[in-house]
Amino acid sequence: MAATLVKRRVIPGFGLTMGFTLLYMGLVFFIPVGAFLLYTTTMSWDTFWSAITQRQVVASYKLSFGGSLIAATINLVFGALLAWVLVRYRFPGKRLIDALVDLPFALPTAVAGIALVTLYASTGWVGQYLDVFGIRVAYTQLGVVIALTYIGLPFVVRTVQPVLEDLEAELEEASASLGADRLTTIRRVIFPALFPALLTGYALAFARALGEYGSVVFISGNIPFRTEITPLLIVAKTEQYDYHGAAAIGTVMLVAAFMMLLLINGLQWWTSRRHG
Amino acid sequence: MDKGAYDVATSSTVIDTNDTIAKRWRRATEEPAWIRVTLITISLIFVALFLLLPLSVVLYGAFEQGISVWYDAIRDPDAMSAIRLTLLIVAIVVPLNTLFGVAAAWAIAKFEFRGKPILISLIDMPFAISPVVVGLIFVILFGSQGWLGPWLSAHDLRIIFAVPGIVIVIAFGTLPFIARELIPLMQQQGKEEEEASLTLGANGWQTFWHVTLPNIKWGLIYGVILCNARAMGEFGAVAVVSGRIRGETNTMPLHIEVLYNEYMFTAAFAVSSLLTGLALVTIAIKSVVEWQEERQQRLAAA
Repeated sequence: MAATLVKRRVIPGFGLTMGFTLLYMGLVFFIPVGAFLLYTTTMSWDTFWSAITQRQVVASYKLSFGGSLIAATINLVFGALLAWVLVRYRFPGKRLIDALVDLPFALPTAVAGIALVTLYASTGWVGQYLDVFGIRVAYTQLGVVIALTYIGLPFVVRTVQPVLEDLEAELEEASASLGADRLTTIRRVIFPALFPALLTGYALAFARALGEYGSVVFISGNIPFRTEITPLLIVAKTEQYDYHGAAAIGTVMLVAAFMMLLLINGLQWWTSRRHG
Repeated sequence: MDKGAYDVATSSTVIDTNDTIAKRWRRATEEPAWIRVTLITISLIFVALFLLLPLSVVLYGAFEQGISVWYDAIRDPDAMSAIRLTLLIVAIVVPLNTLFGVAAAWAIAKFEFRGKPILISLIDMPFAISPVVVGLIFVILFGSQGWLGPWLSAHDLRIIFAVPGIVIVIAFGTLPFIARELIPLMQQQGKEEEEASLTLGANGWQTFWHVTLPNIKWGLIYGVILCNARAMGEFGAVAVVSGRIRGETNTMPLHIEVLYNEYMFTAAFAVSSLLTGLALVTIAIKSVVEWQEERQQRLAAA
């Protein structure tokens, strides 16, 4: 008992570090977010409801949520494939590709935005070939999906990779020696082990795509009802000093982000419990 | 992995059947060569399309017309003032977030307290919030028609459409990066070394400088450089609060947008190439950090 008392006192600085952590988060984060939510509650329900259900806004939800879902799904498939290839196979340039996966995370979104629109414009490196087949990417919803896929790319790879690395070879060997073919082993042994990580990566990619602004606004062309994402409308309304409208839509996005974060935390807890 | 399977096969079999058994083992725990090649090819095409091409188009666009055009675009007064402003902002934000990251990681990794998982989730939260919502939050708080707007204008203080607003939205947006890097690292390292140092008579600061800091050095370096890259590149939140006043509140990403919208593509890519270089340095440092960690683990295991 005396030992625990002494032990607790050995490392100093709890008050200082915890105090600074909470003070800094309070000033930068809690108070501003609290004030914002309070501001939204000063609106009447009718003002709030009509702001978030305007036709133009509803069209933007469809694109933002739908586009983010499609982009996250693309990232789920290719992210899992990329993680698998990077962990299991050997090929030249592997280390470089492994490092490059983080590029969308480190590259400013505005730079990604102008790079993507330049590539996919009908005169661009990729766009000119797609144009031959009548596929247009720049200034269409497809362009929005491409940009959202780009910025969500690291998440599935980086959540699946460590789980795949820790996967014990004995499990696969046992499965094989019990007579399972490779496909059965992948389906019954590897996939269940990766499932929580896949889901976490999917949710992270979706959450990131939902709020994305910089990489999308260049390639989307921002055509009302067709290629406007929800964050763009928030910017537009703020610039027109329509704070109520902007705050109402912002609250919807904030609640969506909180819910995604709760889901992601739940998933991570599930993942760590299965591998802990 | 494949090597392990092979070892099992060779060590436990008669010599002249080695090959067949090794083959059978490989078949059971590996995919056939044609599948491996196909999967690698698809991955490489995906990587080329989504990672290499955007990177190349920026660098090509920046240097297409020669190094002197690139240099002139950087030396343009508006570009220079955007670069100066961006550097000023990171010089304020990065030290603050570093201090926060180290303090939060110390409190979380070295002590037990109730609500710890909640605090960790809260630190993650700014990352989940859309950058434009971050900007909006501060416009609502400090804008001319916001909560504190009238008080601020009565005292002749400007936060929105001015540098303080940009600093605070970037601090908000990059809040988690250093803490997220350090918390798992310090949790994994435990507190035995610090306890030993303190028991031997060192004080708290000495222990931090001579024991903790060397242990977290690489993680801290990566966290700081990532925070720096994200702070310099922050766009959505800054777009909302800056007001895009040329030569005054235009950061580098906003200046890129202005140049692009004015069809000055070469100049836009020239300024972009600076931030792209920074992003490449960031991921290179991440690779170095991971390599260092692997080496340390190997040393510890040996």
